[in-house]
Amino acid sequence: MASLKIIWNIFAKDLRVEWRNRETLASMCVFGLLIIFLFNFAFEGAREETLRLLPAVLWVAIAFAGVLGFNRSFASERENACLEGMTLAPVDPSLIFLGKMLANLLFLGVAEVVMVFAASLWYNFSFLPALGQLVLIAFFGTLGYAALGTIFGAIAANTRMREVMLTVLQFPIAFWILMLSIDSTADALRGNPSGDWWSGIARVAGISLVFTIASFLLFEYVLEE
Amino acid sequence: MLETRNLTKFFGDLAALKEVSFGITRGQSAFLYGPNGAGKTTLLRMLASLARPSSGQVLFDGRDIERDGTKAKAAIGFVSHTTFLYGELTVRENLKFFGSLFGLSGLEKKIDAALEMFDMRERSAVFARDLSRGLQQRTSLARAFLHDPDFVLLDEPFTGLDTQSVKKLEELLRRLPQQGKALLFSTHDFEQGAALAERLIALKAGRVRYNGRLAAAPFESLGIVRAAGPKADG
Repeated sequence: MASLKIIWNIFAKDLRVEWRNRETLASMCVFGLLIIFLFNFAFEGAREETLRLLPAVLWVAIAFAGVLGFNRSFASERENACLEGMTLAPVDPSLIFLGKMLANLLFLGVAEVVMVFAASLWYNFSFLPALGQLVLIAFFGTLGYAALGTIFGAIAANTRMREVMLTVLQFPIAFWILMLSIDSTADALRGNPSGDWWSGIARVAGISLVFTIASFLLFEYVLEE
Repeated sequence: MLETRNLTKFFGDLAALKEVSFGITRGQSAFLYGPNGAGKTTLLRMLASLARPSSGQVLFDGRDIERDGTKAKAAIGFVSHTTFLYGELTVRENLKFFGSLFGLSGLEKKIDAALEMFDMRERSAVFARDLSRGLQQRTSLARAFLHDPDFVLLDEPFTGLDTQSVKKLEELLRRLPQQGKALLFSTHDFEQGAALAERLIALKAGRVRYNGRLAAAPFESLGIVRAAGPKADG
């Protein structure tokens, strides 16, 4: 119970900081929308073309918007060494990880809703037939990606070229989540030609949970010098 | 007791601390004195478990804080050069957040007391980013005292404070040993340190040059020129 309260306090603190400066979510949404909007010019109107490319466009937009968000998430911690301030308290570092990750998950989730809605309008494409599957794929894909973003954001926060470092460190590992998420999203939008609607979700959930648990366990070592 | 055993810290090839061993118990007061780069900040950060030693140990009541640091963290209040304050949160919100991490009961009353202690009550609704450096320092001190720590570690606590605040903090620090608390702080102002602490820990180039009663300190060999005779009878 005490642990849940600590996670909640860290999560609520991040929401409050974001509500006050409105930097993270706004920049994530604008950047994501820009990517989706620009790719719109490269597409032909055909449904097949959209089906082929839209999952990749969406996940690329999510990935880059996420990097912006993770960087911002640790910018406020870096200022005045607040992350260190948290570690002065008798708190398990994994609780700090969970609080930060949940906030990142929420911000990225909100940005995704905005991006999917915009993509639906600009590409004249309905996600509704596969909405249930897409929500699950997006949830698990975003969970794993936010977990990696949180741990690598904490690592990059203490480096000089932090904006570059986060991308360089995170993408080679996040590649697996993104690749499976794109693949599963494409399958779901095509109506699951192989017939097994759950296997795509299971693959994304599996790899995301592995990365989330690994990040949870390793965060303690990241906070140390 | 908070103690170090053969504490060594390297930053790359540079040894910031070399084989530092000393201890401080509840009811004692000591100040760290030494030139820039002597290792004062590194030592305090390691005692506060913000930095890991390259070798050696920090022990809290006999337990290595690297293995079991929870009790040590609950008993230590630390003020650093950085304030650990969120600019987008108000003074009260900052204290509430950090206090909640310590699992304090009756938090609002404790926040009120800490704000009162450092004359910050009227500014409790001000965002930390809008405070002057001195007011941020006072908030940072309030944060460090919020959980009523047994061991108070302060890294140049008078930075940015006005004369009145310095006096008030000096009074507060002077009372700590009488309350059974340990005080360890660093300062560049030797006389200020001597007026507040009974013990001197002189550092130079990462090594302890002297650790003992202030009155018995070999000032000349330590290169310390005092403005007046020793104030503390140690």
